[in-house]
Amino acid sequence: MTAGPVPILAEGLTKTYGGFTAVDGIDLEVRRGEAFGVLGANGAGKSSTMRMIACVSPVTAGSLRILGRDSATDGAAIRARLGVVPQDDTIDGELTVRENLLIYGRYFGLSWKVLRERSARLLEFARLEDKAGDAVGTLSGGMRRRLTIARALINEPEIVLLDEPTTGLDPQARHLLWERLHRLKQDGVTLLLTTHYMDEAEQLCDRLVVMDAGRIVASGTPAELIARHTSREVLELKFAADERQVMIDKCRGLAERMEELPYRLLLYTDDGEETLAAVNARGVRPRTALIRRSTLEDVFLTLTGRSLVD
Amino acid sequence: MGTSAPAFRELGYWLFRYRRTWRGSIVISVANPLFFLTALGLGLGKLVDRDGALHGESYLRFILPGMLVAAVMQTAFLEAAGPVLQSVRQRGNYRAAAATPLSPEDILYGHLMFWALRAVQNAVLFTGVSVVFGAVDPARAPLLVPIALLVAVAFATPAAAWSVTVTRPSQISAVFRFAVLPLYMFSGTFFPVEQLPSWLRPLAWATPLWHGVDLGRAVALGTATPFRVLVHVGYLTAMAVAGLLVARRNYRRTLHV
Ligand SMILES: Nc1ncnc2c1ncn2[C@@H]1O[C@H](COP(=O)(O)OP(=O)(O)O)[C@@H](O)[C@H]1O
Ligand SMILES: [Mg+2]
Repeated sequence: MTAGPVPILAEGLTKTYGGFTAVDGIDLEVRRGEAFGVLGANGAGKSSTMRMIACVSPVTAGSLRILGRDSATDGAAIRARLGVVPQDDTIDGELTVRENLLIYGRYFGLSWKVLRERSARLLEFARLEDKAGDAVGTLSGGMRRRLTIARALINEPEIVLLDEPTTGLDPQARHLLWERLHRLKQDGVTLLLTTHYMDEAEQLCDRLVVMDAGRIVASGTPAELIARHTSREVLELKFAADERQVMIDKCRGLAERMEELPYRLLLYTDDGEETLAAVNARGVRPRTALIRRSTLEDVFLTLTGRSLVD
Repeated sequence: MGTSAPAFRELGYWLFRYRRTWRGSIVISVANPLFFLTALGLGLGKLVDRDGALHGESYLRFILPGMLVAAVMQTAFLEAAGPVLQSVRQRGNYRAAAATPLSPEDILYGHLMFWALRAVQNAVLFTGVSVVFGAVDPARAPLLVPIALLVAVAFATPAAAWSVTVTRPSQISAVFRFAVLPLYMFSGTFFPVEQLPSWLRPLAWATPLWHGVDLGRAVALGTATPFRVLVHVGYLTAMAVAGLLVARRNYRRTLHV
């Protein structure tokens, strides 16, 4: 990769709607060729952030430079070099699958000749060759999302912004989409994506930030975040409803940290086996006990006291 | 790389979609005047022509410019209101375009060019049919086209300015039913406003459609005076410009939230 300007550089980035602050002074630096994630629950301010970066939402305060240009003054030139996959997709229901690619490409001033060639390639990339002439109403959720991604690539963008690319998709459709995004990354495209799925963040992101109530509460690689903000292992216990509270009280003090969720008790520890032995020694009889490695979900829980998907 | 100005790319979008419906729309543009000319010219016209209230012109020649201007207004409203709402909401093509190099203003100007083209097309077909029927002087007929264009822009820009902020399609049909259609009745489309009770006449003079109708009629019948033309053109131009300014602001507020 040649060392051009930083793809995305935000300092003190702020967005308010009326009196309400949706994004509260965040700093971001996305490097060339990386896949960068914004992990956060609903309402954290992810879409507001993405829309400012996509230059379709004026920045309230702070500075935002994309590909070395100021978002406030160079919106059109920046948008020309971005690919955008918005949270609510804007596929045109009155056009066919192929026409959606062609017509969108025309907005970038591309010739029909270039567009015919690119759309054929992108239909193949999105595994939609067989659907080219079909109405978009016949597409499944996963296909629609892949079409939106293909469309975002029509101008051969240097940065692709993906706002919750797999929300609402079934596991198989998600895996196919992840695999396509991996290929984009291999081709050197810089990816910025938001998600509230920790497995998606772990799968795709080189680095990420955790966002909560408009602020960034942690940042780093997935491994760094796990190492820094949670224990190595987690002991997950489930109890019968009637003895749940008694059992939970008995477990207090056995782990570095304890988290009560509606159906589970999480004990954060560096040695799950040892903690489980201690739990048993206190006469706690869980219905099920599971020892697992910590994940980003645990990081999120530790930092915000809430689970990601509610 | 093509180098077309951004607004023309938005026009391109609407023309691409129009490829699907152009035949039907031309049939409507031609059938509309044919229907009126046949029904009014042959039947009703003979009936109402007996008294001399229509400045000595046949009712056909009297009503034709009004019908044209009213039809252009109706098309401009219908093509600017519903499609703009759909473009922002369900279909989302405005939102898609806003993610490309186009600015909200480019999107507005591109769509406006499409409305203008449709108005010109409509007016050319309408007056063409009318000339064939002898309902308008062939020498003056071409003047009706720029008048139709002005009326279309004067109605399309406020309609777009409002529709871009609307959330429910029912609001648009309500305005059509309770504001646009009644204009037909009170703007001298079918009869001279002098026929209205005197207290109602100022209301008619205030309606934008009356300015368009009276301008078209005066020009078509050769009764135009410079002062009258100036007032009408001034009113409609002011409306078009005001609509455009508000539309620009509303497009930006809606598409760049
Ligand atoms: N256009 C808007 N007007 C007012 N409030 C908004 C608007 N867009 C988002 N918000 C509010 O800002 C907060 C953050 O929203 P959003 O950026 O969509 O979060 P996320 O994408 O993480 O779910 C939410 O509380 C939301 O209700
Ligand atoms: Mg969102």
